[in-house]
Amino acid sequence: MCLAIPGKVVETYDQGGLRMARVQFGGITREACLEYLPETQSGEYVLVHVGFAISRVDEAEAERTYQALKELDQLNELDAPDVDESEADPTVSRFIKGRDGN
Amino acid sequence: MKYLDEYRDGDIAAKIVAEMRRIQTRPWVLMEVCGGQTHSIVKNGIDQLLPEGVELVHGPGCPVCVTPLEMIDKAHAIARLPDVIFCSFGDMLRVPGSDGDLFTIKSSGGDVRIVYSPLDCIKIARANPAKQIVFFAIGFETTAPANAMLAWRAFEEKITNVSLLVSHVLVPPALEAILASPENRVQGFLGPGHVCAVMGYGEYLPISARYKAPIVVTGFEPLDILEGTLMTVKQLEEGRAVVENQYSRILNQTGNLPAQQLIAKVFEVSDRKWRGIGNIPRSGYRLRAEFAAHDAEKLFDVAEIATLEPEICISGEILRGIRKPHDCPAFGTLCNPQHPLGATMVSAEGACAAYYAYGRHLKPRSADALHRIDAVPVAAATGDRA
Repeated sequence: MCLAIPGKVVETYDQGGLRMARVQFGGITREACLEYLPETQSGEYVLVHVGFAISRVDEAEAERTYQALKELDQLNELDAPDVDESEADPTVSRFIKGRDGN
Repeated sequence: MKYLDEYRDGDIAAKIVAEMRRIQTRPWVLMEVCGGQTHSIVKNGIDQLLPEGVELVHGPGCPVCVTPLEMIDKAHAIARLPDVIFCSFGDMLRVPGSDGDLFTIKSSGGDVRIVYSPLDCIKIARANPAKQIVFFAIGFETTAPANAMLAWRAFEEKITNVSLLVSHVLVPPALEAILASPENRVQGFLGPGHVCAVMGYGEYLPISARYKAPIVVTGFEPLDILEGTLMTVKQLEEGRAVVENQYSRILNQTGNLPAQQLIAKVFEVSDRKWRGIGNIPRSGYRLRAEFAAHDAEKLFDVAEIATLEPEICISGEILRGIRKPHDCPAFGTLCNPQHPLGATMVSAEGACAAYYAYGRHLKPRSADALHRIDAVPVAAATGDRA
C-alpha cells in the first residue's frame, strides 16, 4: 500500500491550477501531481505514490550509499590480519584435512 | 530501472550478511514496520539469508489489513446504494466484509471503480454530476497527502458530489503500543521509509529514547532492508538506541513540509480501531469539521454494524510481532487469500498472505543448518559434508 516508485520527470505543466508532471518509470509514463514538490524540474527523479510525487531522489546520496555498500568488505579486508592456510577457520581446515586423508 | 535495480545486487547482499555475521554476538528480534517491507523480505528470502539469531518479525504497517471490519462493512453499504460511484485503491476490492467484497458488489450492479490517484475522483465527479462519488480514503501517512488533496480540491472548488470515507492510521502510536505491551519481544525496528518521506523522522526520536529501541528508517529494496537490519543489529550490539536513516536518498528528518501542511489543514488526529489489535488512542486521522460536507460518514446514514472476527485467527499477535503465520492452526487451510479469516491474510502485503504466496507453509526446520553450510563454503561446494 505504501508502494512508491522512483521515476524521471520528463515534462511539467499546470492542469486546472495544479502543478503536474509526466513521470517515466522504465518503459511506462504516468501523470503525477507535483503540488508537494513544486520546485521539481524536468530531468529530476521523484518518488511517486498514488499519483503524487512525495519526495525527490537525492542522486548524490544514492551514489554515496551504493558505493559504501559496495566497499563494505574491502574495509574489513583492510582490518583483518593476514591469514595463511594453516591459520584459517579451524572448521574449514579440519574439513579440508579430513578430505585429504580419505 | 534506475534507483531500483542497483539495490537488488546479490553480491553486495552477501557482503552485508557477512558483515552482520562478523559483528553479531547474540540473538536479536527486529520488526520491520511496513507491509511493503514484509512483502520484499518474504519474496526475496531475506529472512532466510540472515545470520542465525537475527529474527525479523512482521509489523502492523499494512493499512488494508488493519482497516476494521466495521469500516469495510460501512464501505460496502455505501457502495451498494444506487446513485453512488464508489472509488477505491485496487487493494481494497478483495477485502471481504461480513457479506462479500467490493468485487461482488460490482458484479451485482454496484458502480465500484478502481482509481490510480485520489484526484481521479474529481474527474469522475465532473463527468457524473447526478451521482455521489465516495472515495475510500485509507492509508498511513504516506497516502495522507494524496487523500488530503482530494478533500481540499473538492472543498475549494465546491465540488459537492465528492466525499471521503476516511480510515487513516498513523505509525508512531502503533509502535508505542507494541513497545509498551508486556508481551513485547521487539528490540529494534526497521522504520517505515515512505511514511517518513512524508513526515520525516522527528516523531520517532522520543519513542526510541523512551523505550531504548533503535529505529532505523529503511527502504524497500533487498539491499535497503539488509543494510537497515545491519545498522539496527550494530546499534543493539553497541548498546545504542537512536534513530538512524538508511534511506537517505529519499528522506531527511524534516520530511515533506508542503504535504504536512495540507494534511494538518484537512485532517485532525483521532482515536482509531485497528483490525486485529483494537483501539489505539490518537492513532489515526479524521476529516476536520470544516470538511463535513465531504465526510461520507456524516453524509450517509450507515448504522454501526456489529461484526465478529473468527476466534481461531491470531492476526493480532502476528501484527504485534508475538507470533508468526505458521503458528496459526488455520493458516493455509481454513484461512487463505481466497477465504481470509483475518487482517494479515486480506491484503498481499499482510504477513500471512506473503507467507502463503511464497510457499512458507511450514516452520523452518533449522535456519541454523543452512547458515552452517553458508559459513563453510568449501564444504558446501563439494556437497560432502558429514
